[in-house]
Amino acid sequence: MNDLSAILTPEYISVILLPALIAGIAVSLCSSLLGVSLVLKRCSMIGDGLSHVGYGTLCIAIAMGWAPMKVTVPVVIAAAYILLRLSESSRLGGDTAIALFSASALALGIFASSKANLTTDVSHYMFGSILAMSRSDVIFSVILSVCVLLVYLLFYDKIFAVTFDENFARATGLNVRFYNLMIAVLTAVTVVLGMMMMGALLISSLMIFPAVTAMRLCKRFRAVVLTAVAVSVSCFLIGLLFSLWFDTAVGASVILVNLLFYIISSVPAALLRKIQPNGNERTKSR
Amino acid sequence: MAYITCEDITLRYESLTVQEHLSFTVRKGDYLCIVGENGSGKSTLMKCLLGLKSVDAGTLTFGDGLKRNEIGYLPQQSQIQRSFPASVREVVLSGCLNGGFFHPFYTKADKARAAEQMQCLNITALADRCYRELSGGQQQRVLLARALCATKKLLLLDEPLTGLDPLVATELYAILRHIHEEHGITIIMITHDVECAVRHAKTILHIGKKDSFFGSCAEYEKSELGKRFLGENTEQEHCENCAHGHRKEASE
Ligand SMILES: [Zn+2]
Ligand SMILES: [Zn+2]
Repeated sequence: MNDLSAILTPEYISVILLPALIAGIAVSLCSSLLGVSLVLKRCSMIGDGLSHVGYGTLCIAIAMGWAPMKVTVPVVIAAAYILLRLSESSRLGGDTAIALFSASALALGIFASSKANLTTDVSHYMFGSILAMSRSDVIFSVILSVCVLLVYLLFYDKIFAVTFDENFARATGLNVRFYNLMIAVLTAVTVVLGMMMMGALLISSLMIFPAVTAMRLCKRFRAVVLTAVAVSVSCFLIGLLFSLWFDTAVGASVILVNLLFYIISSVPAALLRKIQPNGNERTKSR
Repeated sequence: MAYITCEDITLRYESLTVQEHLSFTVRKGDYLCIVGENGSGKSTLMKCLLGLKSVDAGTLTFGDGLKRNEIGYLPQQSQIQRSFPASVREVVLSGCLNGGFFHPFYTKADKARAAEQMQCLNITALADRCYRELSGGQQQRVLLARALCATKKLLLLDEPLTGLDPLVATELYAILRHIHEEHGITIIMITHDVECAVRHAKTILHIGKKDSFFGSCAEYEKSELGKRFLGENTEQEHCENCAHGHRKEASE
């Protein structure tokens, strides 16, 4: 266990911790919002696939000596578009197509980085490095997160409609393909940002966990979204504190806190089921 | 000019031609039931009417001031919706989204419209309840209210009675009659229940694998196709799906 008062010097706080906090909260917000849509649309595979593509691109970018983030974001956005089209039209079925495509991208990246002998550099991104982000990376990710948030808020009602019932939305003249693409692009941006901080292996589950926890607790869409945001941000803060204290990996700590929240959230529902086995009767008599 | 005019259309499902030379019209004030065996192209036809798919040959035109996004649609429920966390109000409001790209949020008018439809369908008391916890009949009314938010002219229902018990089905027919007669909304309903269709609708479109029929209910009952499908059942006094006054009995 670390002595927190020894680590948390004013200099450490202002140079490392504060930027990490700001960027981490921004990304937690975005990932939980999009996580709700991904889980409800039954396409959490897209988040996972994009994180593989993102990691592969990152490897190539580093091997080539390009700025990692600024290359990876547009590539992953393009991949989001391709994945969406694949899952719409593929005869293989969406999940299979996504798995094939993302594994190929990942393999290409690992191939490039092993050729350039970068394995140590690159493994940084496998597990995330929120406390080692450069100032420009922090600013870049905060700006992108704010964009994701704004777009999400502006199209909140339409995202609900498209998530709840695609066919009805299409019949009433909504451009469902456009909104699906929008969700995929926002997911892509969030995945890349989250990958830098929390690690490529964990980011997709970081998107899904808060959404699933919120869905156990809430019955209205808005409540689910708000709860997911709250859960995501608190898990991030607790996880970060925990990782400073016990000197553990940030991404893994945040995931474990999320798991804890999920288990706690399952308790009330399980208890209710025990007490009143017939859920429908309960709601009718209210 | 009719709301919808189909002339000599061909419907394909994947690469299989399921219907050829199909023609019919839907005018303002119609109550049309589309019946036919499974695989005869009912759901493909519905996709065309909704603009989710284009007809493979022939013409489908909209007229009489009806725009494509002014059709209210009651879809069959998907598995996703049955477990979706949303309140009744949220679901009904989502019918008000045909304002277009530049109207990001619901307006006061949208909210008033949603409240009005919930009132009409008697689900105001359920507004804050969770959609997935409602009974099948209640869910159907919520989706109907959403569809009514999307239209003032034409309602398209896809097998709305599937999975509902007879009493609830009776209720739904009564609601549809109210919407049709009091609100002046034109109805197109896809159903597999030919007997009920004949009793409640004004016109029938029967699309069969070999032959099809389009005309009034009375004509349908006299037609070869109608006789074959209605069989002995036309003589039955009581139908378990609509215990209330049948049109046929009322006219006798
Ligand atoms: Zn009314
Ligand atoms: Zn009947």
